[in-house]
Amino acid sequence: MTNLLKTSTVLRWMLAALGVVVVLSVVQELARPTTIDLISSGTAESTLRRAVPILLAGLGGIWAERAGVVNIGLEGMMVLGTWFGAWGALEFGPWWGLAIGIAGGAAGGLLHAVATVTFGVDHIVSGVAVNILAPALARFLSGEVFSGRSGGGITQSPRVESVGSLDLPFLSGGDLLGWGTPNLFGWTASQDWLLVSDVAAVLSGITRSLSWASLLALSLIPLSIFILWRTPYGLRIRASGEHPVGADSLGVSVYRMKFTAVVISGGLAGFGGAFIAIEQTGVYREGQVQGRGFIGLATVIFGNWQPAGAFLGSLLFGFADALQLRDRTAVHALLLLVGIVLIGLAVRAGVNNKRSSAAMLLITSAVVLWWYAVTEEVASELPPITPHLATLLVLIFATSRLRMPAANGLRYRRGQE
Amino acid sequence: MSIRRVSLALAAPVCAFVFSIGLSSLVLLAFGTNPMDAWSEMLSYGTRLETFVETGNRATPLYLAGIAVAIGFRMNLFNIGVEGQYVLAALLAASVGAAVDLPPVLHIGLIIAVAMSVGSAFAGVAGYLKVHRGVHEVISTIMLNAVALAAVGFLLRTWLLDESDTTLNITTPEIAPSGWFPNLNKLVEVFTREISRGRELWGFILVAAVVGVLFHVFLNRTRPGYDLRATGLNPFAAAAGGVDPEATVVRTMLLSGAVAGLIGLPQILGDAHTYDLGFARGLGFTGIAVALVGRNHPGGVAVAALLFGWLDSAAPILDVRGDAPREIVSILQGVVVLSAVVAYEVVNRIRQSAEAREAAVASQQSLESVSRTTT
Repeated sequence: MTNLLKTSTVLRWMLAALGVVVVLSVVQELARPTTIDLISSGTAESTLRRAVPILLAGLGGIWAERAGVVNIGLEGMMVLGTWFGAWGALEFGPWWGLAIGIAGGAAGGLLHAVATVTFGVDHIVSGVAVNILAPALARFLSGEVFSGRSGGGITQSPRVESVGSLDLPFLSGGDLLGWGTPNLFGWTASQDWLLVSDVAAVLSGITRSLSWASLLALSLIPLSIFILWRTPYGLRIRASGEHPVGADSLGVSVYRMKFTAVVISGGLAGFGGAFIAIEQTGVYREGQVQGRGFIGLATVIFGNWQPAGAFLGSLLFGFADALQLRDRTAVHALLLLVGIVLIGLAVRAGVNNKRSSAAMLLITSAVVLWWYAVTEEVASELPPITPHLATLLVLIFATSRLRMPAANGLRYRRGQE
Repeated sequence: MSIRRVSLALAAPVCAFVFSIGLSSLVLLAFGTNPMDAWSEMLSYGTRLETFVETGNRATPLYLAGIAVAIGFRMNLFNIGVEGQYVLAALLAASVGAAVDLPPVLHIGLIIAVAMSVGSAFAGVAGYLKVHRGVHEVISTIMLNAVALAAVGFLLRTWLLDESDTTLNITTPEIAPSGWFPNLNKLVEVFTREISRGRELWGFILVAAVVGVLFHVFLNRTRPGYDLRATGLNPFAAAAGGVDPEATVVRTMLLSGAVAGLIGLPQILGDAHTYDLGFARGLGFTGIAVALVGRNHPGGVAVAALLFGWLDSAAPILDVRGDAPREIVSILQGVVVLSAVVAYEVVNRIRQSAEAREAAVASQQSLESVSRTTT
């Protein structure tokens, strides 16, 4: 069994997910009756929907940074994605909207690539410039294109259609060649079996009315892993981010690798932006990206520059996002969850003989649990910044376990050390 | 400094600006607007006295923001967190200012001191995390921005809210007149006609000027300023020369945050006298743009701040007259930033290769002279 655990990543992930569900349902039982939304099919569905743009931004960050280019312009590229996505969806239909949104983000990536790779501008400086330019462009274009249309204006577009969704056959009762299959998860979820029904509810939430765009986005995780770690092309990209001079001496065209990686990065961010406009809100609205590009950047670090890790981070942040929208009391119950998780971490630190960390974690946990006990509701400002706080904590306590690409963020000019 | 170097240094921003004007004109043309109409309209509106006053008012916070960012940039420290630092500082300074009753000068002094301390302390967090936890300041300041803005929202809604306000405005209590910064209208009107339309030139522009001078003196005439510049140019050489890199990081962040704390004060001391929902956000990010265009130089940042301030002040006429959408100015500013940083980089390369060529020629000549004397 232990051997199997080590070898099978998929199994490990499934067990971890199961653990999360168990903890959540325990917390939900403890926090009854104030909340019933901590673990439900609705929350699961909303979590996934909220996680997808962050995931795409995170993947974008990984592509760029694996090639050694820090892409702080993800935020601006997502803004371009929202505008071009909405415009494309309006003019040509939602699928074209996604494609044009991706192209818009990729154009932002191209700008960043020209500045950083061709001209050797500092990556942060160029990224900041993209972030300044993109919203200005979106606002200008809205004024020119959306104003005057019904429901449109300088800050928003008319409503756009989404690409549609599917219920997975057998698992959630979707149709298969015209035949209505049984709804396995939905049925199990309604049985009120301890834990099993909770697990089924979560699975039902993520397999029922699953957006095609979400499915596409999720498929980009294994695709990114495959390209970056299993193909010669990916090896060249990563080599450009780890040791560009060495890669160049082996005949890798480092400039081209960095260039394409940054453009792909922008395209992924644009996809994320288009997803927000087309799938999440059904409209382009100024400022709707709300720093998700930065959160995506955080998941890159959070996930140790690994796509699967970034996905985990995006789920966590999507969960916080979903809860705050659905049910404020659930956010309050989240404090209980954090307290319990902290106790778990403290126990682990204690077992590993790290007394001071264990003590610190215990104290933090006590504070959080006390906070839970004496309050009825959490300030509405807290949930939106959980990603930021979590990132800070991870950076503060787990820096030693993180390893970014060695030449990340460094200027590279061919023929110069 | 030779003429060649000066002209190279000036060529970059001028080229960037001309390029940006050209590109924005193309954008306007693409959407069927005559760019010449728009630019001439802006020029004629923008050269009126009232617009200049407005320019000064807008340039003052931008200049402070630019200097706050530039302090970090001069040692390759990216304080992206100016945004959060100044908003938090402005809120707390406005609240403290409203809570106390002091004689005029002291009152303003206290408000300034509070703002600078808050900004400094909040920036110090990022400095501490970088030095002691190895957290890159770009990431930590981005995250801390969100934390600061959430804290501001929470505090303004709860503890710092003016309970006596019956108009449902979400605002802090008003600062007493002893804490108002006098305007400079009288001074300006000595040289010009009377400023009409109730416009006031905020006196805080003088404080900004002093900050600029101090920044220049600090960088070029003091030991810590030298350490800061040296670390920015070559951290290894500086460390070998006895500069404590960790202390320099923390000191730079504290200083940058202190200046950042001032950004909101022109508005609060000069006009609003409270912190409310109408408080200007986003100056921290524009400050980054201003610092980039101004090459982190006190004079350059001033030119950039005035340029951005002027563009913002002159833009509204476009909407009034309907010649072009005013948003074209935002595009112009964005393009200026991007093309300016690219232009600086290009000029840098030209200069480096020129220096390399000169060095090669010089060493060749000295070699020849050596071989001549030996034979």
